[in-house]
Amino acid sequence: MRSEWTFWGGCALSIGLSYALTLGIQNEYPFFAGYVVIQFVLLATAWNIAGGYAGYVNFGAAGLFGAGAYVAVAVGQAFQAPLVAQILCAALAGAAISLAVAYLSVRLRGIYYSIATIAVAVILESVVLNWPFVGGARGLSLQRPSAPWGFGDYTAFLFVVMTVLAVIGVAVARAIERSNLGRGLAAIRDNEIAAEACGVPTLKVKIVAIAVSGALMATAGAPYALYASYIDPTSAFSMNYSLAALAMPLLGGTSTWVGPVIGAVLLSVVQQALSVVASSEVNLLVLGLILVFSVILLPGGAYELGRRRRRLA
Amino acid sequence: MTEPLLSVRGVTRRFGSFVAVSDISLDLRQGERLGIIGPNGSGKTTLINCVAGRLRPDAGSITFAGKDVTRLEAHKRAWLGLARTFQIPQPFHGMSLAENLYVPLGFGARESPSDSRDLRKAAMEILAGLGLSAKADADCRSLSQIELRKLELARALAGRPRLLISDEAMAGLSAPEVDEVLTILFALSERGISVIMIEHIMRAIMRFSERVICIMAGKLVATGSPQQIVRDRQVQKAYLGE
Amino acid sequence: MVTTHLLVSALISGLLLGAFYAAIASGLALVFGVLEIPNLAHPAVVVAAAMLVHTLNGWGFDPIVAGLLLSPFFFVAGVLFYSLYRFTFEMRGAPDPLRSFSLFFGMAFLIEVALILAYGVDFQSVEAPYIGRALSLGWVRIPYRMLASFVGGTLLLSALHLFLTHSMTGRAIRAAGTDQEALRMLGISPVRIRQFAFGLSLATAALAGALLIVIGPVTPSADRIYIGRAFAVVVLAGMGSISGTYLSGMILGLAETLVLTLLGASWATAVSFALVLAVLAVRPSGLFGRLR
Repeated sequence: MRSEWTFWGGCALSIGLSYALTLGIQNEYPFFAGYVVIQFVLLATAWNIAGGYAGYVNFGAAGLFGAGAYVAVAVGQAFQAPLVAQILCAALAGAAISLAVAYLSVRLRGIYYSIATIAVAVILESVVLNWPFVGGARGLSLQRPSAPWGFGDYTAFLFVVMTVLAVIGVAVARAIERSNLGRGLAAIRDNEIAAEACGVPTLKVKIVAIAVSGALMATAGAPYALYASYIDPTSAFSMNYSLAALAMPLLGGTSTWVGPVIGAVLLSVVQQALSVVASSEVNLLVLGLILVFSVILLPGGAYELGRRRRRLA
Repeated sequence: MTEPLLSVRGVTRRFGSFVAVSDISLDLRQGERLGIIGPNGSGKTTLINCVAGRLRPDAGSITFAGKDVTRLEAHKRAWLGLARTFQIPQPFHGMSLAENLYVPLGFGARESPSDSRDLRKAAMEILAGLGLSAKADADCRSLSQIELRKLELARALAGRPRLLISDEAMAGLSAPEVDEVLTILFALSERGISVIMIEHIMRAIMRFSERVICIMAGKLVATGSPQQIVRDRQVQKAYLGE
Repeated sequence: MVTTHLLVSALISGLLLGAFYAAIASGLALVFGVLEIPNLAHPAVVVAAAMLVHTLNGWGFDPIVAGLLLSPFFFVAGVLFYSLYRFTFEMRGAPDPLRSFSLFFGMAFLIEVALILAYGVDFQSVEAPYIGRALSLGWVRIPYRMLASFVGGTLLLSALHLFLTHSMTGRAIRAAGTDQEALRMLGISPVRIRQFAFGLSLATAALAGALLIVIGPVTPSADRIYIGRAFAVVVLAGMGSISGTYLSGMILGLAETLVLTLLGASWATAVSFALVLAVLAVRPSGLFGRLR
């Protein structure tokens, strides 16, 4: 099918392009900023698998992000594990945490799941605060390894790594969306009781979506400590991640994989621009306003808006 | 085939101190057309919810197609061939009619078509059988009452059921629309599908049912042929004036 | 070293705090437990009220009086906000949990940021004759501000409970959650009742805010801690149970102060959230409610 080739071609192109950029650009800053944008693409895409497709809203994305970051650090410190291993462990941790939360709350109504996600994020942060091995409240400074062969700069390397991770995340989201599983998730989102009556194993389907979503959100956080050369609970578990993970898909569109990508790029660019000219409070204000207005005015996100325009044209 | 398709034994269901269904037993033969009548709030839908798996009974057992389904999840009962419609239609509101059918087609009983073209074909066939082909790609929000009811039935049928429980599918419909639904249900019965019809519209019950049971205040108070039920004193008391 | 003195003080503090937690949660219990509207912004409104009380206190008002003065305005704000909620969701057909939760979550954020812009990030406090002095009973010292908020919280919960069980409007509110048909048959508009309930909920938030700042200094991001506490109380009590809210508040207060005394401050924040998870795991219907 042509659309398959287009998609996979686009993926390969993205990764290739990101690498090409590292060869062409010598300055570290663009990769520093670009990493953040790509990271949010992954975070928003991951969030949307449970939040947008199934309607199970995670308010504690920061908890999973921070957990991914800290598991990666812990594994790196304890076993001198390479980045790949750190990322895998982070993903597993994300899946495990999400499974636990899902198991506790998913038999109940959706709001209980959402409350549970807030609870888990706070508890995880408390656990880290009391864990001296990873620095506790004071945080930990990290020594970055030297850039691998083929890369001039470690930040540029992380930029490419994050691009690869984001491409994987988007591919997973797209695969789920187009599969029978995705149809089941949409049915659950629209009418869970009817879905169950139609033969959808709702419990299993929800748990799978939540676990995959959690694993990918933790993956987004895995390279964070190496990226910043420093990690502390306040920044790793920052509320900004929870808010962004929610606002980006809502802005861009929650029913398909394209929405979170659009929303993430739009919002993180706005945030980057604002951080230069305005305080962090104004940044949060804008994020909050965008969230509220998207909810009130854009039921389907920017993606729906674009689709409707094209249909009318 | 002497074994009943559905066997309900001593099912009781409480909500707090309120007893919604009290010790109800009934058998349904393969291919039978059973009507259930009773005043509002008498426990009919609660009984159906227990049979379909949305609720667990507090006591009693339910056997379907030879299996004990008393504690089985609702979706697994759907896999065994038990389909139900809802009193208030519950479409997947974000999907078109055809997409609504893809869900039970993709998750229903044996041999789900995996190819998207097969799914479309199967969905169109079912919609055509109910006169909904023209609206296959329409938004659910644009449907009229009768179309919503037919969509409910279409979705139930997509799961290839052995038993269809129709919960007040005709409520609020005009007389010709009631006849339309009746024709559909008769056609299903002819294909060998057993049908349980819960209705308040006596005309439909009388025409359609081979046997009728009456539930009042959670108890099964009368059972018999339509003619017998109509003459039953308790049923007359409940429906006085109708 | 944990001594008996310390434990007893912790127990007393916990109970006093508990009534206050119940006060904060009462508004949430009203809209979430009864109307099934998950107002995640409720703690933020409480914090906003606390800050406004601080301002009024600066103009010479006693904090609790300030809270009472603010409540009619917050009532109106509640009615307006419900109308917005209704316009966005309840009138557009199918309910969308994602968007409605996000609306409240976003509002909470906006309120917090607005407070930061208005008041800065520092702690704000109030002054009153009963703040700073304590009651001595033997070796136990009970700060008057804790007593004040205990009494305030208890009165608020009692008033709310009486209103909901004995007044026509109150009973209509309880019906609005479960049986809107019954209301229509009595000629009462469910919309008006829900508006009233939401307004009432924010009015209680105004009073709770006053109690909050009486107990101790408040910063704009306090809503993040209180969201866990508020939901812990509501979930523990069970949906639809206002009277259960009082008891649950006590339980939470006790649990928190005990953890604080025994394990230290870094674990205390997590207590309320851990309690929420525990309740969801073991008894989702809460101690006093019904599972719907």
